[in-house]
Amino acid sequence: MEKYVQVENVQMLFDTKKGPFVALRDIDLTIAQGEFVTLIGHSGCGKSTLLNLVAGLTLPSSGAMLCAGREIVGPGPERGVVFQNHSLLPWLTCFENVHLAVERVFGQTENRSALKKRTHEALALVGLTHAEHKHPHEISGGMKQRVGIARALSMQPKVLLMDEPFGALDALTRAHLQDELMKIAQATHSTVVMVTHDVDEAVLLSDRIVMLTNGPAATIGEILHVTLERPRNRLALANNPQYHEYRGAVLEFLYHKMKS
Amino acid sequence: MNNIFKSLLPPLLGLLLFIGIWALVAQSSPQLPGPVKTWASAVQLFSDPFYRKGPNDQGIGWNILASLQRVGIGFGMAAAIGIPLGFMIGRFKFLDAMTAPIISLLRPVSPLAWLPIGLLVFKAANPAAIWVIFISSIWPMIINTAAGVNRIPQDYMNVAKVLNLSEWKIFTKILFPAVLPYMITGIRLSIGVAWLVIVAAEMLTGGVGIGFWVWDEWNNLNVEHIIIAIFVVGIVGLLLEQALVMLAKRFSYE
Repeated sequence: MEKYVQVENVQMLFDTKKGPFVALRDIDLTIAQGEFVTLIGHSGCGKSTLLNLVAGLTLPSSGAMLCAGREIVGPGPERGVVFQNHSLLPWLTCFENVHLAVERVFGQTENRSALKKRTHEALALVGLTHAEHKHPHEISGGMKQRVGIARALSMQPKVLLMDEPFGALDALTRAHLQDELMKIAQATHSTVVMVTHDVDEAVLLSDRIVMLTNGPAATIGEILHVTLERPRNRLALANNPQYHEYRGAVLEFLYHKMKS
Repeated sequence: MNNIFKSLLPPLLGLLLFIGIWALVAQSSPQLPGPVKTWASAVQLFSDPFYRKGPNDQGIGWNILASLQRVGIGFGMAAAIGIPLGFMIGRFKFLDAMTAPIISLLRPVSPLAWLPIGLLVFKAANPAAIWVIFISSIWPMIINTAAGVNRIPQDYMNVAKVLNLSEWKIFTKILFPAVLPYMITGIRLSIGVAWLVIVAAEMLTGGVGIGFWVWDEWNNLNVEHIIIAIFVVGIVGLLLEQALVMLAKRFSYE
């Protein structure tokens, strides 16, 4: 398997007033280019911590983290992040929010009209051309999250990192965005690492599901390969016995095999 | 049309009630002029607001402008120093710890207690009054700006990190717009204090200004003019505040 993101023997310790708190231990994970991987586990099991480590927003206490063969030493546009709270800057329009990212990544090498074109394309990819000149407070939660995705994708990152991106949305919007994400990921051949606590979401979207044990000192419990054919149709999958097997396996892990 | 009427009616009634009570009180105490007399006096006063009969006898227009000028200078300096200082205190914890005791110590000091120091150092009324404005109005600007910097959601800073923005971009695109509403609140508080203080400071120092004018009219026992001064000070203060409220609305994005 081609190694695109490598997490080797990583441990994450936090210094607290009550002494060192081990959030993660013995994390070994390899992700191939173009793979869609979800991290799933109970609350507090360290899945967001693991995502932050890949993003470079935190550095591991021990172990190595590599992306495309180079050590991850800090955050950067090549590991684009979609936050749980969309984190759009409220004083900029949707266009300007995405343009900020585009300018940062391509500003040195491309001229203004090329940058504008990239921004328009990113927003078109998530279907928000009509909302380009609106401010975040003028659009719905789902739309804000889509702008967040557009912003991350516009940087053409090596890896797209998503921290429960649809957690704050209602079920219908979530379903719609999951379908869109699958389409976009396929079209752009993106490598995606997504944190979720939704079992159905994990089985629907992933190529592999990484199941973490309960915290503290959480580690990888099991990794499930989801070999359902793409493109995946949620209505068709509702009648697919393999889908339900996968679903059962994840639920079993979460509810029975929690302890490492 | 109906809506405008509905929204204007309560304040109008309040005003009429106030004038009514005033008239009643004036009737029972002969030294206090009533609304009618005061209005007549005001009309006369404002008919020639910009006369000049001597260095200490000028039209009310000049007095108001002189006071506003002092406020403008003192307030402007307070903003020019207070706001950047607030930014730095918010950004650097060490600076915050360093300045906290001094700010806590000096903030509750009454503005007029600063006046003798000003007169001592500057040896003139005008700069002393400006000094008092400066030292009184700087605190809200420092404290509110620092609070704004502290309250920037970590999410925005994470965005800055992931995008790897330069320090300048972080300042112009994230820090400054995020802190702006807090800054404007600080400015609103400061302008209130400044306008309050100038009247009192001018009473003590003399010269041309609305505060001095109040004191002068008291010496002349022209009570109508004192009452008019109260209204003028109140109205100008209200206008200043409203101008800033409009500014604040323009920059709020909720």
